[in-house]
Amino acid sequence: MTFTQWFQSWGGEAFGWFLATTVLILMIALPLMLAVAMIIYADRKIWAAMALRRGPNVVGPLGLLQSFADGLKVMLQETIIPSAANRGLFLLAPIITFTVALIVWAVIPFGAGMVLADINVGLLYLLAASSLGVYGVIISGWASNSKYPFYSALRAAAQMVSYEVSIGFVLISVVLWADSFNLSTIVLAQQAHVLGFFNGFGFNPLLFPMAVVFLISALAETARAPFDLTEAESELVAGYQTEYSSMSFALFWLGEYANVILMCALNAILFWGGWLPPVDWAPLYAVPGIIWFFSKILIFFFIFSWIKATVPRFRYDQLMRLGWKIFLPISLIWVFLVSGYLMLTRYGG
Amino acid sequence: MSLQPDLAPTNAGEDIQNYTINFGPQHPAAHGVLRLVMELDGEIVERLDPHVGLLHRGTEKLIEYKTYLQALPYFDRLDYCSPLGMEHSYVLAVEKLLDCEVPLRAQYLRVLFAELTRICNHMLNLGSHVMDVGAMTPNLWMFELREDCLNFFERASGARMHAAWFRPGGVHQDVPLKLLTDIGDWLDTRLPELFEDAISLVADNRIFKQRNVDIAVVSKEDAIKWGFSGPMIRGAGIPWDIRKSQPYDVYDRVEFDIPVGTKGDCYDRFMVRVEEVRQSARIMKQCLRDMPEGPVLTEDRKVAPPKRGEMKQSMEALIHHFKLYTEGFKVPEGSVYVATESPKGEFGVYLVSDGTNKPYRCKIRPTAFSHLQAMDFMSRGHMLADTTAILGALDIVFGECDR
Repeated sequence: MTFTQWFQSWGGEAFGWFLATTVLILMIALPLMLAVAMIIYADRKIWAAMALRRGPNVVGPLGLLQSFADGLKVMLQETIIPSAANRGLFLLAPIITFTVALIVWAVIPFGAGMVLADINVGLLYLLAASSLGVYGVIISGWASNSKYPFYSALRAAAQMVSYEVSIGFVLISVVLWADSFNLSTIVLAQQAHVLGFFNGFGFNPLLFPMAVVFLISALAETARAPFDLTEAESELVAGYQTEYSSMSFALFWLGEYANVILMCALNAILFWGGWLPPVDWAPLYAVPGIIWFFSKILIFFFIFSWIKATVPRFRYDQLMRLGWKIFLPISLIWVFLVSGYLMLTRYGG
Repeated sequence: MSLQPDLAPTNAGEDIQNYTINFGPQHPAAHGVLRLVMELDGEIVERLDPHVGLLHRGTEKLIEYKTYLQALPYFDRLDYCSPLGMEHSYVLAVEKLLDCEVPLRAQYLRVLFAELTRICNHMLNLGSHVMDVGAMTPNLWMFELREDCLNFFERASGARMHAAWFRPGGVHQDVPLKLLTDIGDWLDTRLPELFEDAISLVADNRIFKQRNVDIAVVSKEDAIKWGFSGPMIRGAGIPWDIRKSQPYDVYDRVEFDIPVGTKGDCYDRFMVRVEEVRQSARIMKQCLRDMPEGPVLTEDRKVAPPKRGEMKQSMEALIHHFKLYTEGFKVPEGSVYVATESPKGEFGVYLVSDGTNKPYRCKIRPTAFSHLQAMDFMSRGHMLADTTAILGALDIVFGECDR
């Protein structure tokens, strides 16, 4: 008897399903928020270590409760709405960002069969939902009725759209190889993918460049350094978040980090075997899949933090040039290469 | 690709107003209280109007009401990132009016600490320049070194920033031997390790180069026309350094090179400063090697106070002490302009004395003011993000600019 069936056995067909899904959503969303809190702490600690600082170390043991103290602080703050702002949209924007950052997690497989919505077009859903995320930024920039947020919104719109194009092509080459849009199937297609031993498309020399392009595009998509033009503090103060305070600001913050974790998860799922161990060797399967999955997420998050700590920021036109003149042609050519290779090998020319 | 404003995408016959944006005075990259009123066409700067004066404290006027010794601490507070460099011009000007002999050890100590100040200043500037283009880490690494510099200042003078240690006639107090050996150790170990590490993160970084190379190119002619000095003029390729051209203290006894840029862009200015740090370390090592023993303050009791022990024995000394700390010393009539190579460029002091114990007029020639006037010329046609890189490479501090 599955989880849903147990609820349906006493709650009836429809109500039981509703209850079961709600519980499952909470089982993903609440630990996710906890994970965001801890990942913000990790980000600050990694960054601090690289900058010869100590990072948060006061609240709780080793400063572990810092994020919660920060959360409490912003909750107790007054929500300031600028008088010139468009009230409704101003408050709607962080809600959009936050909601979109949560709903994408519905299709992420945490382990074999551990997925809320195992839909066949999971990847398309992901692409669609994450494209909606840019609305939060644009609306906030416009509704703030302030100049810095407005600039930031313009930049965000251009940036996210540009990099989603190349992400789209990267996804196509993965989908071609896996023969499916379903994320669980994509993960399973990577089992013993290279030489019958390595689990992951990333080990495939033909797909490895795409893994790199995806990693960099993921940085741009989540506006992390060196692509953090939307909140470049030396140019735009705090970008679209300039006028926000208290919980409306915190929602942006949480949504942003949830997106970062999502992009780390996607890196793991699409190229590095998701919940599978890195190599196809039986004893490694004794470790639960979810642990492999989380450790891969953490590795990617460390890479994200590492990059943030070391590189300067791109300029707006350089960012656009990289997106349109380098990544787009490369990913286009690679789709051609991958599909050509598959035509020759898998589908017999 | 050209970034000329007249080639920017046009507006199809409609009259579209440029976007005017207020950059500062409360802006994370405004380097203090700079206010830039920018007119932007998209991201491209059409016009840029620096507004100064928000930190004006009337230093020059205040100095007219203070004795020559009391006026000295004001100089620490001009460019508070390189306090001893500011004092240097002033004490040299007063000494020139007094025609006073400075002991050799004091001259070496001044050069030693002036160069330490240069390193201290460049640590801040290089770090904040890097941070202005978005890299956070090197800044904090260099702040470690700046912290060391400030500790050395503290051990010499008792104050971390506003040292007031250079005095007309020498320096206030001699330094302990341990301080000199510690500075020597620091120059051999910590400075090169941490500094070269930090620079290696950015100097060859492609993104850093993209953000700085060919940004705000200033030709040799323009650099002269706009009255540049210091790393700004050397970045443009002119080997102009007052330490070489009109050596003061013992700069004629030490060997060092003047780094110059080849293109005159922000990257050249950055790299000139990087090399200047290495040259400063070289000068400091020579100072430590050649510094003689001896007094650190002139023996002229009309200018410098007598020793404590002397005051217990001699009535004359007691009178000198009393007169110096009440009335101050009198400076012969005359006027003098003395400029030194402060870390930021030519920092000059024009002193007019009417023969009393207070300056009749003290005009300060700041470096930042003459550099900032070129801000519009340098930024035009560049993008919004470039202005922060340009500002970072200008190295301005408002205490000095607004006086």
